[in-house]
Amino acid sequence: MPAGATYEPIATSTLGSAGTITFSSISGSYTDLRIVLVGTASGNTFALRFNGDSGTNYSYTQMNGNGSAVASSRVSNNSLIYGWTSGTTNPAMCSFDIFSYAGSTNKTVLVVGSRDNVATGSVARVVNLWRNTAAITSIVVSANGGNMDSGTTATLYGIKAA
Amino acid sequence: MIGALVAGITGSGGASLSSYESIATATGTGSSDTITFSAIPSTFKHLQIRGIARSAGVSTSLTNLLLRFNSDTGTNYVFHYLLGNGSAASATGFTTQTSIQMREGLIRASMLANTNTVYVIDILDYGSTTKNKTTRTLAGIEENDTNTASRINITSGLWMNTSAVTSISLVSASGNLDSTTTFALYGIKEA
Repeated sequence: MPAGATYEPIATSTLGSAGTITFSSISGSYTDLRIVLVGTASGNTFALRFNGDSGTNYSYTQMNGNGSAVASSRVSNNSLIYGWTSGTTNPAMCSFDIFSYAGSTNKTVLVVGSRDNVATGSVARVVNLWRNTAAITSIVVSANGGNMDSGTTATLYGIKAA
Repeated sequence: MIGALVAGITGSGGASLSSYESIATATGTGSSDTITFSAIPSTFKHLQIRGIARSAGVSTSLTNLLLRFNSDTGTNYVFHYLLGNGSAASATGFTTQTSIQMREGLIRASMLANTNTVYVIDILDYGSTTKNKTTRTLAGIEENDTNTASRINITSGLWMNTSAVTSISLVSASGNLDSTTTFALYGIKEA
């Protein structure tokens, strides 16, 4: 069985002012991608878009717990990959696992979301689908398509199988 | 600053994280319901399996993916899961099972084309010879509500055996694993 380093940071970006983060020219040399995002966005939802596609080619199903109840919901024909609710003051965290991003099937993404404040908070798990068989070569990280707050940071990792 | 651009990503830069290593990858053939990783080295602390899967079984409903260790088909497994189906979240548990089951998740051939269920399975302290083995799984299938069969699932599993894990089998409960199915086994080292 071959062994080798397989989990590599590709790029990191930290916003110096409100904005979005774009990872572009992503090579196809990994098996999966992971984005780890920490920051705030005025309570808006962290989100991704692939290859500049703003069409209604995305969908998601989520479940969450907010300290008193659990719930599940879903949306079809969405226009972006749905992460989880950001914080306003305290940073929230989202990780996005993008499976077989260079493969020839539709792209599925698992999200782990965590957000806590003094009196409120929530944890979530989300599965997203991008109905497109093209390889992902660029990713825009945003707050529901708009700006995230200054100081928000995102790192893109590549995971390479044997 | 709109669109802080990180350009020119080639995948060749950046330091590698050598504590996380690829061990092996296996792909479905369409003629077997099982993928097995065998002769797993004991040089890691934990294992992780990442993958995409689809059953070739002709059906518009989901089936289960089963997890077994060291070819043990006895009733030595326990699992509990939290499941979201888009309208409600529910929790269920089973004891004295013949496998750990990732339930209501594996997409089948008659469902949305070109789409797979995805899995991240962690097998903790797999080389211990004094402790039973605990697993955790995050799995999801999203099919744009084509068959009302989108699911997000967290599963905890227990194999009541103190032997070191040396082989892992992933089994479709119904239908063979098709050729788009790929599982990759990774090892995570401790300091």
